Amino acid sequence: MAIITYRDAINQAMAEEIARDSDVFIMGEEVAQYKGAYKVTRGLLEKFGPERIIDAPISEAGFCGLGVGAAMMGLRPVVEFMFWSFCYVAFDQVINNAANIRYMSGGLINIPIVFRGPGNGGTNVGATHSHTPENFVANTPGLKVVCPSTPYDAKGLLKSAIRDNDPVFVMENTLLYGNQGEVPEDDYVIPLGVAEVKKEGSDISLVAHGRCAILCLEAAEVLATEHGINAEVVDLRSIRPLDEETILQSVKKTNRAVLVEENKPFCGVGSQICSIIQEKAFDYLDAPIKRVSSIDAPQIYSMPLEQEQIPNIERIIDTVLEIA
Amino acid sequence: MSADAKKSKDSEVPDVAASMREFAKSDINKTLTPEDRLQFYRDMLRIRRFEERSIRAYQQGHIGGFLHLYIGQEAVAVGCVSLMAEDDHIITAYRDHGHALAVGMTMNECMAELFGKHTGCSKGKGGSMHFFAPDKNYWGGHGIVAGQTPLGAGIAFALKYKKIKGCCLCFLGDGATNQGPWYESLNLASLWNLPVVFIIENNGFSMGTAMHRHSTGTPLARRAEGYDIDWGTCYGHDVYEVRHNVGQAMERAREKSRPTVLEIITYRYRGHSVADADDTYRTKQDIQDYKDEKDPLNLFKCHLVEEGVADEDALKQINNEAKEEAETSAQFAEQSPFPPVSDIQADVYWETDNPDEKASKGTLFFN
Ligand SMILES: Cc1ncc(C[n+]2csc(CCOP(=O)(O)OP(=O)(O)O)c2C)c(N)n1
Repeated sequence: MAIITYRDAINQAMAEEIARDSDVFIMGEEVAQYKGAYKVTRGLLEKFGPERIIDAPISEAGFCGLGVGAAMMGLRPVVEFMFWSFCYVAFDQVINNAANIRYMSGGLINIPIVFRGPGNGGTNVGATHSHTPENFVANTPGLKVVCPSTPYDAKGLLKSAIRDNDPVFVMENTLLYGNQGEVPEDDYVIPLGVAEVKKEGSDISLVAHGRCAILCLEAAEVLATEHGINAEVVDLRSIRPLDEETILQSVKKTNRAVLVEENKPFCGVGSQICSIIQEKAFDYLDAPIKRVSSIDAPQIYSMPLEQEQIPNIERIIDTVLEIA
Repeated sequence: MSADAKKSKDSEVPDVAASMREFAKSDINKTLTPEDRLQFYRDMLRIRRFEERSIRAYQQGHIGGFLHLYIGQEAVAVGCVSLMAEDDHIITAYRDHGHALAVGMTMNECMAELFGKHTGCSKGKGGSMHFFAPDKNYWGGHGIVAGQTPLGAGIAFALKYKKIKGCCLCFLGDGATNQGPWYESLNLASLWNLPVVFIIENNGFSMGTAMHRHSTGTPLARRAEGYDIDWGTCYGHDVYEVRHNVGQAMERAREKSRPTVLEIITYRYRGHSVADADDTYRTKQDIQDYKDEKDPLNLFKCHLVEEGVADEDALKQINNEAKEEAETSAQFAEQSPFPPVSDIQADVYWETDNPDEKASKGTLFFN
């Protein structure tokens, strides 16, 4: 298997799907001539030309809605947000239109669209540019949302997303773009809604998604070597659809759970998972479920403070030690 | 030089210095004292030296994230702010350091903010894109493209509501003119006769996209016509020309409570943010050509010498002072402390910062 970056994995997924299906095209700010604000779409303009790789003005409401309209006609747009933080200016289009049209038409119209881009903090860009809206999106029936943590997952999930007949929101992370990992050369997909146990363990379940899954793996190592705690790491990969089975199996085995995410705590992804665990695995719990999320405030700019605000390995370990 | 740049160049006034002499004689400029003129030069230089020092700090790792520099556009902010009276207000986007210094924010508080320090203008919470100084009628510093435009209309609305005879200068980029909220703001401003001046700082590029690739229908300001709003265009390399045009718009706002859209043609020398490699959308020669012909500082310096307002030595002295001030601000920022971790959850709600007057019950924070 080739070792490639998360960035290139996403690039490959798009290139392969564009080559495979003539209805797939890419649209967003700076995606073509500039090669992407984070160079994720590098080389695609040269390969596929300006009809398939389209630079849009700063008109998110316009081009996201245009994407939904094109998807109603059967095209499969892959719309890039330079940052997920900019989805809010297009929220009516991505929430009201993308999510509701299938329902309101009694199932007559499908919206096979992908919205993708980075959604994360930790890069010192302040409150307006550090949003992680997967919980908002997952709160909306009609939408699907995935948050890959590795190059392998990023490619497999994005390919599934593009082939899916519903709107799928793919949330990446600028801090992961340079990470490397093994990715098969052959065509493969990862079905939406399948979590992965990234590390087996017996003492406690760390449930996370996106970059937090990577942090959990690092925390698990420290827990093993310094505290003799054998943690299992469940990477959700997909938030909606959600793989309840894998979460419950893990908790039934370890009897303890810490839920880790970069969202702010109120109605974060962890709140829903917490509710599922207590409802369906209550008798297996030996301790209250704990959550690690970002400190509940708008994103602070100051570099060292932001590192304290978002989940970090120390905070994950401290929280585990409270109940294990 | 690219074909596009050449085309626009040929149609321009050939002699920028002569044009500057003409604008110096216009009503709003002819009464300026030598000290006023020197102050414009000082203000422009302070912005440039501050920005240059901040690049170094970025390279040294003291500043992270985005750093959108104002170098090349100095005459716009300085010209506009020089016209502001006590009841006039200003709001802009994320390229906000120039406007901040022009309204009188100190280099220290601005640099410290870039460093994320407790002594910064927003205590290290806002960062480069989010400077504020309400005491100087400066309402930010906004990171989301065009997000500030309805706010600008709102500030003007408040002035009118309170029967204050002032206006709001609301800045946006050429790229920002393609955002829906701006058009809604234009309609509201015209419909409700709001004293707002929308100033499009057209530096030719929306990040890596040249204007002809992001917009149809030029000049951009002409879009105001559909809303019955007076509009105009002018150049931004000449502080006098900026003042001449913006002054009329502000007059219209204050006296007739009518909006204006003014497009000011300017240029940004640096990448969109410092991390922009700046190698896909223009050539180094394009930048050099602009600098050679229209650098706002250089032009104004030559003008001051020519007019006998100051000699080279005096101007050099101003330059040295600006450099030193910028250097001192970097030292101040470096030596300042970071905010304490407990500060993360301060300044979120008025109530929690003013517990004695807290009226609501229940939980506000969830960790
Ligand atoms: C809603 C939104 N979309 C995209 C961005 C990313 N972005 C920041 S600045 C910028 C270009 C804006 O260009 P322009 O308005 O011309 O202003 P300039 O940067 O030239 O001052 C882009 C695309 C953003 N901040 N907000």
